Amino acid sequence: MKFPIYLDNNATTPMDPRVLEAMLPYFTEKFGNAASRNHAFGWQAEEAVDYAREQIARLINANEKEIVFTSGATESINLAIKGVAEMYEKKGDHIITVVTEHKAVLDSCKHLERLGKKVTYLPVDKEGLIDLNQLADAITDKTILVSVMYANNEIGTIQNIREISKIVRSKGVLFMTDATQAVGKIPVDVEADGIDLLAMSGHKIYGPKGIGALYVRRKNPRVKVTAQMDGGGHERGMRSGTLNVTGAVGLGKACEIAMQEMPTESIRLAKLRDKLENTLLSTIEEAYVNGSRQHRLPHVSNISFAFVEGEGLMMGIKNIAVSSGSACTSASLEPSYVLKALGVNDELAHSSIRFGLGRFTTEEEIDYTIPYVQQAVAKLREVSPLWEMFKEGIDLSKIEWKAH
Amino acid sequence: MAYSDKVIDHYSNPRNVGTLDKDKKEVGTGLVGAPECGDVMRLQIEVDPETKTIIDAKFKTYGCGSAIASSSLATEWLKGKTVDEALTIDNMDIVEELSLPPIKIHCSVLAEDAIKAAINDWRIKNGLEPLELEEHH
Repeated sequence: MKFPIYLDNNATTPMDPRVLEAMLPYFTEKFGNAASRNHAFGWQAEEAVDYAREQIARLINANEKEIVFTSGATESINLAIKGVAEMYEKKGDHIITVVTEHKAVLDSCKHLERLGKKVTYLPVDKEGLIDLNQLADAITDKTILVSVMYANNEIGTIQNIREISKIVRSKGVLFMTDATQAVGKIPVDVEADGIDLLAMSGHKIYGPKGIGALYVRRKNPRVKVTAQMDGGGHERGMRSGTLNVTGAVGLGKACEIAMQEMPTESIRLAKLRDKLENTLLSTIEEAYVNGSRQHRLPHVSNISFAFVEGEGLMMGIKNIAVSSGSACTSASLEPSYVLKALGVNDELAHSSIRFGLGRFTTEEEIDYTIPYVQQAVAKLREVSPLWEMFKEGIDLSKIEWKAH
Repeated sequence: MAYSDKVIDHYSNPRNVGTLDKDKKEVGTGLVGAPECGDVMRLQIEVDPETKTIIDAKFKTYGCGSAIASSSLATEWLKGKTVDEALTIDNMDIVEELSLPPIKIHCSVLAEDAIKAAINDWRIKNGLEPLELEEHH
């Protein structure tokens, strides 16, 4: 086993060697600009990019003409939200999204609010799911876009996308989804799911960093977004800039592999994740799963170990790389806004650890992780005054803390 | 962020973890921080009634590695000092000793607050006026 063990695959994934192999020729001998229409170098690059478009389209059941290459999911999201707001401003000025969205969505919406647009942020229940009635009630004749993430990056909760899009599209409103965490991990189908715009990224699916895509529907309805960057009018005028050919090839290959391996890989990962989660929950007192266990990505487990602070715990399990909802490192001292939106109290939010398994996670690594985490939690609880008070039966919520 | 060797040492081998009898007259207890802020320190001292020397110090901390290290270091420094000497421990001494980065300075502030809170608890128990504590936060 190689240390540290990487269990932070929601943050990023290592590139699959097969992806690297596909990309390599396009750095050197096949270096052409895909926009060069008059020589073989350009044709070769264009051919590679078009093939990548097909690979991506196939994974999400789209048409290759509907794929716009970007630098990553953040750019795709910015382009979709701001581009729709601008393109459809005569139609309306209202956007609906969800409090647990990624910052790329929330901050794009905040940007639009500063420009005078109106945004509704839907709350979620304790599983992280939105209420469909609340969504329907929020739509007005001024609503132009509803953006709901496919699966959440912190807790893995999968929204009821089909039902959501049905409601949204029945009212003639465009439906967008940030599918960065879902694409390549679970089946995503823009037709069956009723998606008009979809953002995705390369580096979350064992592809390269610095490449992403935006799916923009061409039929029923034909969706248009106003470009957010001026230049040569690449990507059907939606995203100027010389195409990142190597990146596009990598993203395409990553999609192809994900599509082939998803049926077996999602089962393998769910089994490993469940082994990790069930063992930790059954052997460690006062450990809680955050988010839905039923509607969840197969490779994610977000657990709060009460009375142990997340960053402190990460230091004690330095042989594994994970994330925490604790914000001890941030100046605000505010824990994860996603966990808070679920109604998880601040103390438990500070105590949360996200385990993100991936394609290269082995059972041996999970078998190492389980006792390793058990021991670290036990050791930190020995040092925790809150654990001692809890064991003495003191109600911590009744204490007047001198908050700082 | 990389931790300094001293933080790692105190985190891995915390000194003086434990609990003193808070009902004893010689024991002063300071409980500072809040669970919702991500750190809580409980620091206790036992004072020799004759010499006013701190003969024992214990801590328990819920928090990040720097918070645990700051309180562990504080207990080491407290033992053997008189109560008045203990009051001179400044949070910046802890920052320096542990090479805490700016973002972790609040951990040292909390440790200083815990020392002062423990001393005050002991003072009140022993019929002395509590000290005016400056508000750090």
